[in-house]
Amino acid sequence: MSEFDFHGLTASFEGQRVIGPLSLHVNKGEHVALVGKSGAGKSTLIKVIYERLQQEASLIPQGLGLVNALPVFHNVFIGQLDQHPTWYNTLTLLRPFSKDKKAVKALLDELSISEKLWIPAAALSGGQRQRVAIARALYRQAPILLADEPISALDGPMAHTAMQLLTGRFHTSIVALHDVDMALAYCDRIIGIQDGQIALDEPAANLVASDIASIY
Amino acid sequence: MFAYPTVRTSFIFLAIALAGLLVADIAITTANPWQDLGRLFWGVVTPNFFSTEGLLTALLRTVAFAFVGVALGSVCGFALSLVYRFLPVRMFCAFIRSIHELFWALIFLQFFGFHPLTGVLAIAIPYAGIFAKVYSEIFEESDPEPSRLLPPGTRSIPAFLYTKIPDCWVQLRTYTAYRLECGMRSSAILGFVGLPTLGFYLESSFSQGLYSDAGAMLVLFYILIATMPLWVRPKLLPAYVLAAPFFLGDGMPIIWGNVKRFFTEDIVPAPIRNGEGLVGLSEWMGDVWINEALPGIWNTVVLTQIALVATGILSLLAFPLISRHFGGPVRRTSGHILLVIARSTPEYILAYILLQLWGPSMLPAVVALALHNGGIIGHLIGRQTNTIQLRPDAPTGLSRYSWELVPRVYRSFLAFLFYRWEIIMRETAILGILGIYTLGFYVDSAIQNIRFDRAMVLILITALLNIGVDALGRYIRRKLALKTMPTC
Repeated sequence: MSEFDFHGLTASFEGQRVIGPLSLHVNKGEHVALVGKSGAGKSTLIKVIYERLQQEASLIPQGLGLVNALPVFHNVFIGQLDQHPTWYNTLTLLRPFSKDKKAVKALLDELSISEKLWIPAAALSGGQRQRVAIARALYRQAPILLADEPISALDGPMAHTAMQLLTGRFHTSIVALHDVDMALAYCDRIIGIQDGQIALDEPAANLVASDIASIY
Repeated sequence: MFAYPTVRTSFIFLAIALAGLLVADIAITTANPWQDLGRLFWGVVTPNFFSTEGLLTALLRTVAFAFVGVALGSVCGFALSLVYRFLPVRMFCAFIRSIHELFWALIFLQFFGFHPLTGVLAIAIPYAGIFAKVYSEIFEESDPEPSRLLPPGTRSIPAFLYTKIPDCWVQLRTYTAYRLECGMRSSAILGFVGLPTLGFYLESSFSQGLYSDAGAMLVLFYILIATMPLWVRPKLLPAYVLAAPFFLGDGMPIIWGNVKRFFTEDIVPAPIRNGEGLVGLSEWMGDVWINEALPGIWNTVVLTQIALVATGILSLLAFPLISRHFGGPVRRTSGHILLVIARSTPEYILAYILLQLWGPSMLPAVVALALHNGGIIGHLIGRQTNTIQLRPDAPTGLSRYSWELVPRVYRSFLAFLFYRWEIIMRETAILGILGIYTLGFYVDSAIQNIRFDRAMVLILITALLNIGVDALGRYIRRKLALKTMPTC
């Protein structure tokens, strides 16, 4: 079953075409890894897909998009702002409800960062910030995940935990990764991007790391 | 050196100011200017805190008017900043902030009389326009990414509360606190038009030659401003704002008949009121334009340009006083005190004092504007030089100043100066009330002669002149690619 089928995806930057035109068809349940050199257009492609999906996806951008002055709790809770009435959200900003606290804390526990629940995002390290952005994406519970290098600042075991969570909790995912081994381990389809075009599109099972090396 | 656009621009402005000096009325007309100045200084060092009972009341009223006016202005300004992207809102805000607090006070005095509302609105209205602009600039500069990530269907209020407010909170707070300090100055000078704040008592002490009383007021005012960080605490702020309206005093009751008359009769141009038709109106306009507006505009522009360049020169001379690249701690501390005094004395009070001492001419106005604004810019630039790391073998003394520091800070110096251009012009116009022939002089005399229709036309012209200079200042800043932070 098709999750989405986009044609004529393009993007330009200062008059220079950086993406496409390309077509992308993704089935429900697929976990797609985008690989390619930096500057090949992976981030732009993710942004373009996010816009086409009219934001109906959890997005982890490279810049993470955390609100620095807010504590970790609110940075995660922000993923479900549409689920509650305005008064509820406003009150939560001042004094969170215990059921939300419990839910957010449980999620942060899985990413081993629940002790930072009330620390402002500005005071976190790069890897901790990345885990908060992952938690926010999970908390939102959208059907699709779009993530741009979500584990670049995480160490070995934590990177695996995060990838397990991301590919396990989302039905469909598209993740840009520079780590080819991680891509092969957690995704079932690999798309290689080169100069804004799809240079490779194969099931992960048919590939080994050296096959992907050609597009780098 | 002339290859740099910044240097060329500076010299063009310098040339305009020098040409202005040739036509400006600069003189000391009093018999014993230095003796009076000496007596004033003696008054400041021997302040008499106990002669007038009204002194503490005046201080309390000054603080109360500042709190109520700034609080009201910031709430309205915040609301306006949310819709600031609409052109009519931007124009409305530009208009209300281009009219000086004292002009607003003069207008409200005509129909609210000496009611507290006059003072509150005189501060709140122009401040709302300023807050709207600066708040919206702060919101614009916030990180747009978090709001892009929100789930669709998020309502706009929670979106704003979660993504914009936390990101901008520190800047909003800093700017509002800075404006509260400005509000104290505005509140103090409202006394010069008769409201029960410091300016009123300062003027009466001066006119009676009670220099020690005047000195006491100035000293208390400096202490009030300098200790603000100590007594204006975030936790105490709600208490202050809630209590302040009860300390505004009673003033006089509003006579609503006056309000109606003001809008339906007083400000209607005389020829229309008397049914003289369009011919009468155009004659009347021509008369206002040639005899009042044109001379007022000419003097305002000449004085502004001289004061602008004088401010620039003074800032460049003043910033080494607090720069850590020169002198020791003793010199820097005294430099700090000097600059604090210069920038916390409202230019209106400085001009008033100098005018008493030197007699009416443009000189007191230029010196007052240069001291106040030079103090502000000198402080900002001096602080900026403290972040500069010089190489260990950098030259010292004059070479360090002219080769190492000035070139590094010159662009931001110009940015601040052009940012304050409009502020200087607004102040220049208002100083006319003291008897210098700028636009304020003609506004004030029209009001004295109960010709409110003329006063309103002149205030409108002043507002348009300020809006024009503001636009020109922004154009030059953009042309020279100069950036400013809003807090200046």
